[in-house]
Amino acid sequence: MSVHASPSLTFESPEQGPDSQRRCVAVCMGTGCSSSESALVRERLREALVEQGLDAEVEVRRTGCFGFCEQGPITVVYPEEVFYTRVKPRDAQKIVEEHIVGGRPVEKLLYKDPLREQPVQKWHEIGFYGKQKRILLGNCGVIDPENIDHYIAKAGYQALEKCLTQLEPTDVIEEVTKSGLRGRGGGGFPTGVKWGLARKTPRWPKYVICNADEGDPGAFMDRSLLEGDPHSVIEGMIIAAYAIGAEYGYIYVRAEYPLAVRRLRIALEQARERGFLGENIFNSGFSFDLQIKEGAGAFVCGEETALMNSIMGERGQPWPRPPYPAVSGLWDQPSNVNNVKSYAYAPAIIRNGADWFKQIGTPKSPGTAVFALTGMVNRTGLIEVPMGITLREIIFDIGGGIPHGKQFKAVQTGGPLGGCLPEEYLDVPIDFDSLQAAGSVMGSGGMVIADESTCMVEFARFFLKFACEESCGKCPPCRIGSLRMLEILTRITEGEGRLEDLDELKRLSKGLQRGSLCGLGQLAPSPVLSVLRHFEDEFRAHIVDKACPARKCKALITYEVVAELCTGCMVCGRNCAANAITGEKLQPHVIDPELCERCGLCYEVCNFDAIVIKSPR
Amino acid sequence: MGTHNDAVDLSLMDDVFREYEGQRGALIPILQKAQEKYGWLPPEVLNLIAKKLGIPVSKVFGVATFYAQFYLERRGRHILRLCDGTACHVRGTPILLTALEEHYQLEPGETTEDGELTVELVYCLGSCALAPVAVLDGEVLGRLRQNMLLRTLKKRIDLAKPA
Ligand SMILES: Cc1cc2nc3c(=O)[nH]c(=O)nc-3n(C[C@H](O)[C@H](O)[C@H](O)COP(=O)(O)O)c2cc1C
Ligand code: FES
Repeated sequence: MSVHASPSLTFESPEQGPDSQRRCVAVCMGTGCSSSESALVRERLREALVEQGLDAEVEVRRTGCFGFCEQGPITVVYPEEVFYTRVKPRDAQKIVEEHIVGGRPVEKLLYKDPLREQPVQKWHEIGFYGKQKRILLGNCGVIDPENIDHYIAKAGYQALEKCLTQLEPTDVIEEVTKSGLRGRGGGGFPTGVKWGLARKTPRWPKYVICNADEGDPGAFMDRSLLEGDPHSVIEGMIIAAYAIGAEYGYIYVRAEYPLAVRRLRIALEQARERGFLGENIFNSGFSFDLQIKEGAGAFVCGEETALMNSIMGERGQPWPRPPYPAVSGLWDQPSNVNNVKSYAYAPAIIRNGADWFKQIGTPKSPGTAVFALTGMVNRTGLIEVPMGITLREIIFDIGGGIPHGKQFKAVQTGGPLGGCLPEEYLDVPIDFDSLQAAGSVMGSGGMVIADESTCMVEFARFFLKFACEESCGKCPPCRIGSLRMLEILTRITEGEGRLEDLDELKRLSKGLQRGSLCGLGQLAPSPVLSVLRHFEDEFRAHIVDKACPARKCKALITYEVVAELCTGCMVCGRNCAANAITGEKLQPHVIDPELCERCGLCYEVCNFDAIVIKSPR
Repeated sequence: MGTHNDAVDLSLMDDVFREYEGQRGALIPILQKAQEKYGWLPPEVLNLIAKKLGIPVSKVFGVATFYAQFYLERRGRHILRLCDGTACHVRGTPILLTALEEHYQLEPGETTEDGELTVELVYCLGSCALAPVAVLDGEVLGRLRQNMLLRTLKKRIDLAKPA
C-alpha cells in the first residue's frame, strides 16, 4: 500500500497533489460545464500545448465541479489558482499562449464580480467562495475523479486503512456517534446511532445502501460529489460496512445521472484493482463489494423503503415502518441506508477525529451543509458552508444578491417536501433544528431563491402538483388528499378561490400529515403551509381582489400596449399565434384580452418596452 | 432511438436475458436495457420478459407503468425535454410551456400528429445554473426564452403544420 500523507482537508490547491512539480490546467468536466462544451475546451488546450511543445510539462486535468456552474465552463490554472470563467474552446489557445507561455493571465476570461471594479484573479478571492468551508467538496475541482491515485494523494483510503487495521467496528461507530454527524438525506438522524442499530441485529447477510436518488427538483449536490470525488463515497460505504458487519452494498443512483454512474463505475473498478474492495481488504479478513443500481425515474424511490423495493425490482412503493431497515430491509435482511453525503463525511471524521468535526457548525448540527443555490440569485452554483451560517450570508455574500435590482421575496429549502421563508428569517443561523422551527426544513440541500416576480400561490401549487404526480398511490390520504389540495390551489390561481379554501387547505394538510404512509404524503403539505403562514396576503389578493401581485397567474393578468411607447413596428403582431394583436403599421397596436393566451411572446419580442403586464390593484 | 417501422425484432432481447440470467431483482435493469434497444417498450417485449422471468405480465406491466423512465408508447422522432424543476420554474418554464401550447398545440407528454416531436416535462436536468433549461435530442439549451425556443424548434424540426 502506498498511501502517502496530505491529511489536511481544508480547501486547498493540489500542491502536494499527484503531479506537484508540474503545472496544471484544470478543466471542469461536471454535468453543468460539460453541457457548455468543456470537453472541447480540454481538447483545444491539449492541442495548444502540443503546438507549443509544452504537453509534457503542463498537465491538462479533468476535474469535478467547482460549484460555480453559472460561470461555466470553469478552467483553473495551478499553482497560481487563476480562475477562468465562461471559457470557450477558442479561448484555449489564448490561455496557453498568454498565460502559460507569456506569464500574463488572460484578463478577459477572469471573473468580473458585479460588486467589484477589478476582475478577480484567484479562486479564493471570488466572493462566491469567501464564506465557504469545503470538506466534502474539498477535492472537487482539484483532483481527477477518474484517477484513484489523485484521491489517494489526498489522504484517500487512509481512514479505511485505519479502521481495518487499528479500530474495532464498535470503535468506528463510537467515533461517528461522537462526531454528532447527522444524516444529510434530509431527516438529520444521527448516523452513528443508525449504524449501531444495524450492527445490533444478529442476522446476516447485512447490506449497506447509498441513497443517491436525489429526486428534489433543482438540487444537484449528490450528483456533483459523485462526479467530482466518487471515491470518498465508496470509502465511506466500506467503512460503514465494516462497522455494521455487512458484506455487500448498493448505490442507488437517479436515472438522470449518466455521468455520475460512469464515474462511479470507473472508481469501483479502480478500487477493486487496488484491493480496497473485494476479499480480505488490508489483510484484515474483512470482505466487501458493492454494485450500482440505476433508478428509473420516481421521486418516491428516494424514500428508503421504496428505494429498497426498487432495488428488488418491484414498484417503488414504501412500506410502513417499523420494521426499520436496520432490522429488516433489503430482502428482509438488516440494511443501512444513508445519503451520499453522510457516507462521504465518514472518512474525514475517522481521519481527523470526532472533535475536529464537532468544532465546525453548531452544537446540535455539527459540520457543513452543501446547498445547490439556484433561482433568482446572481451567483448560482454548488456551495458548502458551515452549519450556523445565516441565509443572508448565503444569499447575499455568497450568492451576490438578487439580479436586476429586484427585491428578494423567499428562499425555498428542502425541495417539494420543504418550505418557503420570507425576509424576516434571513438572519437566523441555519441548521436542522432552526429551519424546522421556522417552518421549513434543511432537506437534502436544494436552495431556490424567489424574487418579487414569483407568485407564492403558484409556487405552492407547483410543489403540490409535483407531490401529487409523484404520489405512489398506495395510501389514500396522500393519493386523494394531495389531489384535493391541488384542485383548491389551482382554483385559487385561476381566480375562482373562496376564503373558506384557506381553512380547507389547512384541514386537508392535517389529514395528509397524520394519515400518510411515508414522508412523501406526510410532508407534501409543507410548502403550502409555509406559504400560508408567511405569505397569506398573496393568497388573499388572489381570492379577494382577483389579483396576482407578482403578475404571473394567467387568469388574473392582462397584456396591454402602452400607446405612447408603441412605434407600430408590428413585430408583436407577427409573433402572436392567437392573432390577438391588431393595429396599422406605425400606429399603436391593441391586444384583445379575449383572444390573448398570455404566452408572453409579445412582451419578450417588443423592442420598445411598450407592452406591460397588468393585474388588478 | 427506436425505429419507426412496425415489426418488433424480439431477438434483440437475447443478449439481455443472458446478461441477467439468475440475478435477483433484475426486472428493472432488463426493462431499461429493452428500452435502450427499442426506444420504447412494445407490448410484445413486455410479454416476452414476463415469460422469460416466469412472472405474470401484470407484474411486468405494473413495474413498467410505475416508473417515469419507461415509455409504453412510441415517441416522436425529436424529443424536447423541458425542465420544470424548481430552479427552472422560477426562471420562466411556465411561460415557455404556454408558448409551446400556443404555437404547437402540444402539452407535456404529447407527440405531434406527424410523429415529429414529443414534448416531455422533466424535473431537473441538473443544469440549474443555466435555467430555464431544455434538452432537444440530447443537446442542452440553456437560458431559454420563448422566442429562442420557438426559433430553435422551427429550425431543427420539419413539422407538418406548425401553427
Ligand atoms: C419522498 C421522500 C424522498 C426522499 N428522497 C431522498 C433522496 O433523494 N435522497 C436521500 O438521501 N434521502 C431521501 N429521503 C430520505 C430517506 O428516506 C432516508 O431517510 C435517507 O436516505 C437516510 O439517509 P441519512 O440518514 O443519511 O439522511 C427521502 C424521503 C422521502 C420521504
Ligand atoms: S431545475 Fe431545471 S435543470 Fe435543475
